Parts: sequence; structure tokens; C-alpha cells
Amino acid sequence: MASERSDRIPVALKILIAGGFGAGKTTMVGSVSEIRPLQTEEILTGADGADDLLGVEGKRTTTVTMDFGRITINDDLQLYLFGTPGQDRFWFLWDELSQGALGAVVLADTRRLADCFPSIDYFEQRGTPFVVAVNCFDRERLFGAEAVGRALDLDPGVPVVLFDARETRGARNVLIELVEHVARRQLIAAGARPVG
Amino acid sequence: MPADPRRAQPDWLDRDAGPVVRPYAVTGGRVAPTASEFDLVAFVVATVPDVPPAPHLQPEHHAIIAACWEPMSIVELASQLDLSIGVVRVLLGDLRSAGLISLFEPPAAALGQDIDVLKAVVNGLRAL
Repeated sequence: MASERSDRIPVALKILIAGGFGAGKTTMVGSVSEIRPLQTEEILTGADGADDLLGVEGKRTTTVTMDFGRITINDDLQLYLFGTPGQDRFWFLWDELSQGALGAVVLADTRRLADCFPSIDYFEQRGTPFVVAVNCFDRERLFGAEAVGRALDLDPGVPVVLFDARETRGARNVLIELVEHVARRQLIAAGARPVG
Repeated sequence: MPADPRRAQPDWLDRDAGPVVRPYAVTGGRVAPTASEFDLVAFVVATVPDVPPAPHLQPEHHAIIAACWEPMSIVELASQLDLSIGVVRVLLGDLRSAGLISLFEPPAAALGQDIDVLKAVVNGLRAL
């Protein structure tokens, strides 16, 4: 058995799943991951002092949990989905996660739309391609995709998708939408370049 | 009633109490790996099936070697071994210095700029 191992090393692409607390990040990762969503921890020591929570002001270390899932595209290519830690003070972890990332999905909850503003700002500033996915809890579709796009003041061309984070098909379609958006941007960038 | 409360089984020592060993104890307090970056999605492969116990190797070092006979990403390794990413990076630095693992970092040029790769990803997702 030990001599049978394959000598192919896959390459992994990262996709970030961002959004406010409770927007459905963990649920979405779980809906499409081929493995049970896993968690990993990063331990921070004295990152920036006290926690917001009462009673832990003296805490010297903080544990940040990241959810992640995996989708195997083929023998050579894997997709890793990372649910980004929600709190703003973990931005530096986002920096590492978004390094070389294919793109991001910003989950929006229309009842608390403002919660996803920081994520959108972050990806806009870094030039990371992203789509906005409106998680429609219990099939309630209060607003159309266009209305959400206007409310978020998105750049034209940034896709807005309505979906249910619990459904594999819906979550998968959001990822397809993102990758197609990335491809369109690439083609536009290539086309805009002067030839010769 | 126990004769001596100090000798009683410590009832706080259950799963909920969390780890008893501080996370960076297994690295001897070192928080930075000996080499540069280890990307979360870099793949690790053991160069040998197993190594005999040695004074400079912790059980966690052996666990890593056992886990990555087949290529495994760093983030998955951390998750499987229930170690924090930072700890895994330090241990991987040790193992790489000792020539016990190979590390495959993601390509520097973003694959997201390769239209063929993007097409393969879309096709793969549609096939789910």
C-alpha cells in the first residue's frame, strides 16, 4: 500500500465565503463540500487586547475558528472554500486567505444588509472578484436581485444571485456564477490590452 | 465523601475543559517556523513512510508524517490532527529541515487568470 501512492500533487484554488454573522457561511460551505466541513484554529496571542465580550477582558489569547470545505474538480485540481472569520479584528487573517484566492462570495441577508458592507469594501479595495449571494431563508424573497444590487451600490457587472444556502444546487450555482464572473473579467482584461 | 478532596478525581477535567496542554507546548514555545511561508493550501507529502522515534521528534511530528503519505493540504492536516495552523507550520518547518517532508506551494502565478483552469472548474462544478 505504501508503495502505491500517486505522485500527482494537486493544486488547490481558494474561494472565500464572507458575510455578516449568521448570514449562512457555514451552511453554504456544508452544502457543497464533499467532506464534512472541517474547522481549523488559529491562536492569536495579544492580537489587539480585549475581547468585546464581557468577562474576558483579561484574556491573552484568542482562538479564531475557520470553517472550510473541499470540492475535487479533477485529479489535479481542488477547490477549497473558506468561511472567513466574522469579526473585523481578524482582517489580517482575511489577508492571508485572500492571497491568491480565485474570488469570493459575499453572503447577504436582506434583513441585515449592512452586515455585508465591510466584506464588499474589503474585496473592492483588494480587487478580488466577488459575487453577492442573497441567502433567502425559508424561500422568502422580499427583494429582487436588482434591488439588492442597487442598495449595495455595487459596480456594474458584479452579479447578485438569490439562493438558499442549505441547498446543494443553489450553493453550487453561486460558485459557478463566481467562476464565470472571474472568467469574464479575465477576457475583458485580455481584450482591453493593445494587440502587438 | 472523599477522604481528601485534593486527591479526588478532578471533575473539571472533561472534554469541555479544552486542551490541558497549551497549544504551543508541542513546539517548545516556538511560534514561527524555521523556513518562510507555508500557504494554507500548500500540499505536504512525506518523503518516508515512517521514522523511528527520535529525541527531537514529538508525537505530533510522527502524526504529520503518518497523515501525509498521500498529499495533504496544510489546512486539512491541521484540522485532522486538531492542531492550530500556527503549530502545524512550526512542526512542518522542523520536518522539512530534516528532509522528512516535501512541500508544494501553490503556483505563484494565479491560476484564476488561466481561462482553461476556470473552464475546468465550471465544468467540474456543473458535474456535482
